[in-house]
Amino acid sequence: MRLSPIGCAAVTATLLLATAACGGREEAGTGATTAAGQCPGQQTTGITDTSIKLGGIYPLSGPASAYGDIPKGIKAYFDYVNAEKGGIGGRKVEFVVRDDGYQPPKAVEEARRLVEQEQVFALFQTLGTPSTTATWDYANQRKVPQIFVATGASKWGTDTAHPWTIGWQPNYVSEARVYAQYLKQERPDAKVAVLYQNDDFGKDLFGGFQRAVDGSQIKIVAEQSYEVTDPSIDPQMRNLAESGADVLLNITTPKFGSQALASDARNGAWNPLHIVNNVSSSITVLKPVGFENVQGVVSAAYYKDPNDPQWKDDPEMKLYFEKMKQYVPEADPAVPYHTFGWAVASSFHKAMEAVKCPTREGLRDAVRSLNNVEIGMLLPGVTMTTGADDGFPIESMQLMRFKGERWELFGEVIDTRKEFGPLTN
Amino acid sequence: MSERTNERGAFANAGSEPPGEDRTREPAKAADTPPRAGTPSRGRVLAPALARVTPGRRGWIAVAALLAVACYLPFQLVPFRVFQFTMVMVYAVALLGLNLLVGHAGQISLGHGAFFAVGAYTTAIMLDRWDLPHLATLPIAAAVAFALGLAFGLPAVRLRGLYLALVTLAIAIFLVPLLKRFESVTGGSMGLTLAKPAPPAWTGLAEDQWLYFLTLAVAVLAFLLAYGLLRSRVGRALHAVRDNEAAAEVMGVRLPFYKTLAFAWSAMFAGAAGCAYTWVIGFVSPDSFVVTLSITMLAGIVIGGLGSFSGPLLGGLFVMFVPSISQDVNDAAPGVIFGLLIIVVMYVAPTGLAGLAGRVTRSTKNILRKE
Repeated sequence: MRLSPIGCAAVTATLLLATAACGGREEAGTGATTAAGQCPGQQTTGITDTSIKLGGIYPLSGPASAYGDIPKGIKAYFDYVNAEKGGIGGRKVEFVVRDDGYQPPKAVEEARRLVEQEQVFALFQTLGTPSTTATWDYANQRKVPQIFVATGASKWGTDTAHPWTIGWQPNYVSEARVYAQYLKQERPDAKVAVLYQNDDFGKDLFGGFQRAVDGSQIKIVAEQSYEVTDPSIDPQMRNLAESGADVLLNITTPKFGSQALASDARNGAWNPLHIVNNVSSSITVLKPVGFENVQGVVSAAYYKDPNDPQWKDDPEMKLYFEKMKQYVPEADPAVPYHTFGWAVASSFHKAMEAVKCPTREGLRDAVRSLNNVEIGMLLPGVTMTTGADDGFPIESMQLMRFKGERWELFGEVIDTRKEFGPLTN
Repeated sequence: MSERTNERGAFANAGSEPPGEDRTREPAKAADTPPRAGTPSRGRVLAPALARVTPGRRGWIAVAALLAVACYLPFQLVPFRVFQFTMVMVYAVALLGLNLLVGHAGQISLGHGAFFAVGAYTTAIMLDRWDLPHLATLPIAAAVAFALGLAFGLPAVRLRGLYLALVTLAIAIFLVPLLKRFESVTGGSMGLTLAKPAPPAWTGLAEDQWLYFLTLAVAVLAFLLAYGLLRSRVGRALHAVRDNEAAAEVMGVRLPFYKTLAFAWSAMFAGAAGCAYTWVIGFVSPDSFVVTLSITMLAGIVIGGLGSFSGPLLGGLFVMFVPSISQDVNDAAPGVIFGLLIIVVMYVAPTGLAGLAGRVTRSTKNILRKE
């Protein structure tokens, strides 16, 4: 008798049915724990009276690996809090970082690893819209908080089916509203040309801008998009220049931000007011263009720039520089991604201090009921506020204008909630 | 059973599995060798009986054992591990297709990830637009990939070596911007989020276990299909093309026909794998299918072992587990460790992990015989 492939398959199928009939998975040893006392039945996985375990997923390798600096700032903050403050409310923070290489399937794998194997209390930051989209169903099924995700897409706040996921940074729509508000006040009949990246980031911001100027005298007279894979955006810039617009809204990522600024500077015949979005407003983007070429460019910010001399004596900034040197000596504290990590980690600290129950449910509710929480690393006047119908912690930004060799903040902090009402889908 | 021994168990089983392993050198002869006369009467002692089992049958026993282990695993492992092994099988099916093309037909493809993406997106669009049942998407995804493979197989008829590699690389490169363009259908750069197949109530399985068994079924089907394909005259023709095109043509093998078909079949397996991928991940976006995916796949199959049946499985294990292992070693530079590991494997086992397993088996046999 020769075992045929079909025979093998039949044997296997029988085996399969037999094992399946024996019942499902033995649930023993999954390590899930629940609370007693005042918060009965709530999940306490990953948190004890002396420790709290968090997991983050970042692209440490691959095309977006520049963002891999963010966890260094977070680590520095948690190391400092653990060593000098006794942790958050007496709980030492353990922060596990995993690499997804900006690949959604890898992000799913790492999220499962963190939740099921590392038994983390919460996913503290997943980076990038694709990776976060790929993991948020899972996080919500497992009822694991996915806190302060590092992407500005507006869906983290407008969506109602995923209460366990929440963003942190101002979403792109809010940022667009800030620019729209500025134009309404300063140039009420502006003709705007828009350059945007053809992806979720570019479309979210551009769409938000279109809605925000709707019904005003501001007209969008030209729009050009580009792909991340394009070598240059000069053709797009030439087309925009032909429109004769008097405002250029530059919605790009750093590499293309530099190119657009340079292209605008080269074209002496067209001198629009150049607004560059926050993503491309770092000094490292402006420097290659030449500071003399970017005078008067406008952008918006929400956290303090470590390169800005006006924060030199700011207590939080001094603490940041000192602790970065002490706990992550190999990292350059002047890189804004580190500052971003520090700011988001201290935001988590504040949120965790506010929980009523030290449980996953408690954290979920705490980050959705923040009330004007002040964070040292955010600009004065920018606070975190959320509510039952408001899933966006930060929705205020301040405008800044490039002058000399640095950004100068001007005007009041613009609270887009007040000016435009809550952001809904 | 601890997780680690399970993993090793899977490796060991995979290593001893391949019925096709010895055939790679002399394809035509070995493939035709009929199984030698069956074992004599029953009731003898087990050991000599086992020794008399033909190599071919030993292969099948190993396959059956591997399948039994595969069916047993999801009931023993935590969901996270079950998910990982599901992904191993997804990659294994894709690598099986690549193996057909690279290992058996001797062509090269740097664009295999594109066909994988086509399968994944076909499935996603069908689920998103027409709410087809999940199982119905599998044949359609495979067919679409097959057709595209046939179309892109045409350059393979005229091009060789480096030139063919470049053309296939171009497929992988232009796919991502293409997916972003047709936003109304593909969801653009936001991708599409889809429901995963829900386990029917009668099975009593959890979602991850159900996905595992669905993928296992796809993998078993794919391996049986590839096995049948390579044992037929098609397989012999492909091997002839690989070994010497001129000689193959003289023997009456129609080169353009078989080269194009090899591309189409390889794409079909990739498409089926892509379909299973969409079931398992429930989300597709252009960023999931960048050029590096194609390169990683090629690395996976070369490391797993070209031209053998255990190669795709070992390659799948490699693609799945080695990046995370290298991150555990040093989380500052996972890429460096991954690259170094590839170099090490290529030095130690120039014929891939499958070849290494075969060599180890042979040398232990020799040692045992001498004693």
